[in-house]
Amino acid sequence: MPFIPHTTDDIEHMLKTIGVADINALFDEIPESLRCPPLDIAAGLSEQEIVRLMHERANEDGQTLNFAGAGAYEHHIPAAIWEVTTRGEFYSAYTPYQAEASQGTLQLLYEFQTMMTRLTGMDVSNASLYDGASALAEAVLMSVRANRKSKSKVILMPTSLHPHYRAVVKTIVTQQGITMQDIDYDPATGTTDLDKLMAHAGEDIAAVVIPQPNFFGGIEPVNEMVNWAHENKALAIAVVNPMSLGVLNAPGDWGQTGADIVCGEGQPLGIPLASGGAYLGFLCCQQSYVRQMPGRIIGKTVDLDGKPGYTLTLQAREQHIRRSKATSNICTNQGLMVTAATIYMSIMGDAGVNSAATQSYQNTHQLVASMTDIPGVERVFDSPFFHEAVIKLPSSAARYLRSMGAHNILAGISLEQWYPELKDCVLVCATETKNQADLEKYMSHMGRLFDAPLACQLRPSF
Amino acid sequence: MLIFEQSRLGRNPKHQVGAVEGANYEIPEEFLRKQPAGLPDVSELQAVRHYTLLSQKNFSIDTHFYPLGSCTMKYNPRACNTLANLPGITSRHPFTPPDMGQGFMACMYDLQNMLREVTGMSAISLAPAAGAQGEFAGVAMIRAYHDANNDTERCEILVPDAAHGTNPASAVMCGYKVKEIPTNSEGDVDLDALKSVVGPQTAGIMLTNPSTLGVFERQIEEIARVVHEAGGLLYYDGANLNAILGKVRPGDMGFDVIHLNLHKTFSTPHGGGGPGAGPVGVSERLKPYLPIPMVAYDGDDYSWVTEKELPTTIGRLSAFMGNASILMRAYIYAKMLGNDGMARIAEFSTLNANYLMTRLDEAGFEMAFKNRRATHEFIVTLKQVAKTMGVNTMDFAKRMLDYGVHAPTTYFPLLIAECLLIEPTETETRETLDDFVEVLKKILKEAEHTPDLVTQAPHTLPVKRLDDVRAVRQLDVAWKEGEES
Repeated sequence: MPFIPHTTDDIEHMLKTIGVADINALFDEIPESLRCPPLDIAAGLSEQEIVRLMHERANEDGQTLNFAGAGAYEHHIPAAIWEVTTRGEFYSAYTPYQAEASQGTLQLLYEFQTMMTRLTGMDVSNASLYDGASALAEAVLMSVRANRKSKSKVILMPTSLHPHYRAVVKTIVTQQGITMQDIDYDPATGTTDLDKLMAHAGEDIAAVVIPQPNFFGGIEPVNEMVNWAHENKALAIAVVNPMSLGVLNAPGDWGQTGADIVCGEGQPLGIPLASGGAYLGFLCCQQSYVRQMPGRIIGKTVDLDGKPGYTLTLQAREQHIRRSKATSNICTNQGLMVTAATIYMSIMGDAGVNSAATQSYQNTHQLVASMTDIPGVERVFDSPFFHEAVIKLPSSAARYLRSMGAHNILAGISLEQWYPELKDCVLVCATETKNQADLEKYMSHMGRLFDAPLACQLRPSF
Repeated sequence: MLIFEQSRLGRNPKHQVGAVEGANYEIPEEFLRKQPAGLPDVSELQAVRHYTLLSQKNFSIDTHFYPLGSCTMKYNPRACNTLANLPGITSRHPFTPPDMGQGFMACMYDLQNMLREVTGMSAISLAPAAGAQGEFAGVAMIRAYHDANNDTERCEILVPDAAHGTNPASAVMCGYKVKEIPTNSEGDVDLDALKSVVGPQTAGIMLTNPSTLGVFERQIEEIARVVHEAGGLLYYDGANLNAILGKVRPGDMGFDVIHLNLHKTFSTPHGGGGPGAGPVGVSERLKPYLPIPMVAYDGDDYSWVTEKELPTTIGRLSAFMGNASILMRAYIYAKMLGNDGMARIAEFSTLNANYLMTRLDEAGFEMAFKNRRATHEFIVTLKQVAKTMGVNTMDFAKRMLDYGVHAPTTYFPLLIAECLLIEPTETETRETLDDFVEVLKKILKEAEHTPDLVTQAPHTLPVKRLDDVRAVRQLDVAWKEGEES
């Protein structure tokens, strides 16, 4: 019996102790009419059989050469990270309710919180939410609770934000009567149209969402946006890629007084792509909003002897204490992913994160420069970009991606499904994991497709 | 010592990704970082040693008996982790088109089907990232259903007073008012009280069965009838599904919508607080509202079900596919169990719980529901001990840590004074259960003769009892340079 250790003797002895004839007698309080027939599920596999099956399934998905980003990024993951993260003491522990028996996890979470506050320039971080998109939904709910100057429950949300993030926020917050108003991007720059934002001056707005970099990879005018939000008594919610913060300014330093709440997707920090999860959402804020924050927060304290130790704190915000009055229903979050991200940030340090971010920037810029050498292939937007860019092709993006896919190259993501105006456009990304040979391979296949093999050489790196 | 205190500028050669000299960005200065963030600068060995040593300060399933009630802390098979980390699985980008490989989608489709069968529901969505998000999705579907029927007067969700705190919190996140239903002395829902509050304003009821009191709700068919007749729907909180897997199905009990906790019943890692995975299942009438994405199969190919295919969906809950790598571990576990293995889980988790309850009863501990059959867990109340010896449940729990046992869930459910909610799970041996009984007997004796030993516990862990009040009053949630640690 897989994973069940009972011998026949054990079973007999235990049933006798309980005073029942057989195991089925233990279910005697369940009405007979409800008992289910044998399940229509195949018999169990042995470990060696499941190994075979999973290798077959994994091989089907193969090893794609990946130039897609759009919220999930392939970065190098140092070997030590998951070796340590999957130690049983981290892997098979639970939420640190018994603090004295969980100091390992608790101290690690305190270190994570510290690292995130430093990266984002905020005072406080929680111990994680599910993913970047649901973290933004929680940030929006938090801003409505926290902004005492606003009664409107209106949130301004740029269309340059990841479309799936916008969809998730809609699913989660509209249940509570919060409305989102789109702020269109400027078709020339691909970043938020400031005139359209400023048209809302004087209105009662709870918060403005500010992505950096945005979904198109573009650098948003974050300083002006934060200042405008504060002048209009709205909170500024930053949505950032933590990897980019090795190069880009911390949201705490945006504008005159910095963003109020910062959230985002922690996946770039040592978490594999794995089809979209498990990742980790992070949420940081300025000190004054800490009591409106959802999720677990770890605090430092002392024990009976005055020795420092760590414990769950501000639990009066949470569902297991406050029930229907809690700041959120969140309970279990993404502990194991936080463990990996914390070890990643320790091993990489500032210099390592900066190097991965910079190489991603350089590879993407080199790829984009080479792609746009092909006649009819051009950048759509003229704003500075980080490690992603939108490229317009001379013909169907879907056909292009299928053709490149036939060579096992995931050549980007078609944007038309979310932005009809971006027909024939792909979003591309080349992280530090791509070497010159990978970029050359991309260009040579692309060149053949557009019948421009000569134009289609890799530009020298810079 | 914190990792930051081991940091020395310029220590790490960054061989992991190589260094970049003199980078030049075509990004205006005002958007660039001015100062390094202040992440640690340590060698790889320092980081590995630091976090390995930290891990050793944890109790975990792999190292300790962990009978944490309602959390199902059973063995997490290593095969699930190893196989979920095969390169073809970890490197797959979430936007990979289905025609570039169907392996992942095939696994998810199989998992949907297995979960549908074991719950007796009509359809499953794997999208929710945890139980609480599954609850949110479930209640949102209830709301979407009533809205679609123009039944907009329904503004209340009924929740028994024994429920997990997530239930009322989830109902409120969906814009509902919460009405609590009392429990009778036998541990079942107070049916008269239920009948008196159910009505045209009732959107639904959220139930856990077996309940958090460790007993099976015997009147479930009657409850379903009462709520359905009033036009409400039934929500099943799958936290305790381990107790009835392959024996009874929520769908057969009359539930309209359920969530499962795969990190409990399907043994995915608890990870020091997640990730979880909280798939939802629905009856026929709620199918149009399931959260996306899901996987469909036409006999040849697997494809995604998105808003395009299911325009009435409540929508997306995370940017991609929930906690996909956790779903993969649950899939591998479910495949290893098969049909017979699933029923055995219910049988042996129930056997272990009833055996342990009987042994503790014989040892003189007071059971909250002595005349009921335990499910996969049961409740001991220490209210007499607290009254006569001045040693409370928290003291007991802390002393257990000294004996190398993780404490059961304490002070939950809120209904039972000074309670311990004990869930041994099916993967523990009889010897472990017997040892646990001896530990509790010893602590009871200590409480009587040397109460200070118990009230001051733990004595053998990395820290003694921590000052939680100070943690709130002198809030310190991030380390500052120069601060003592």
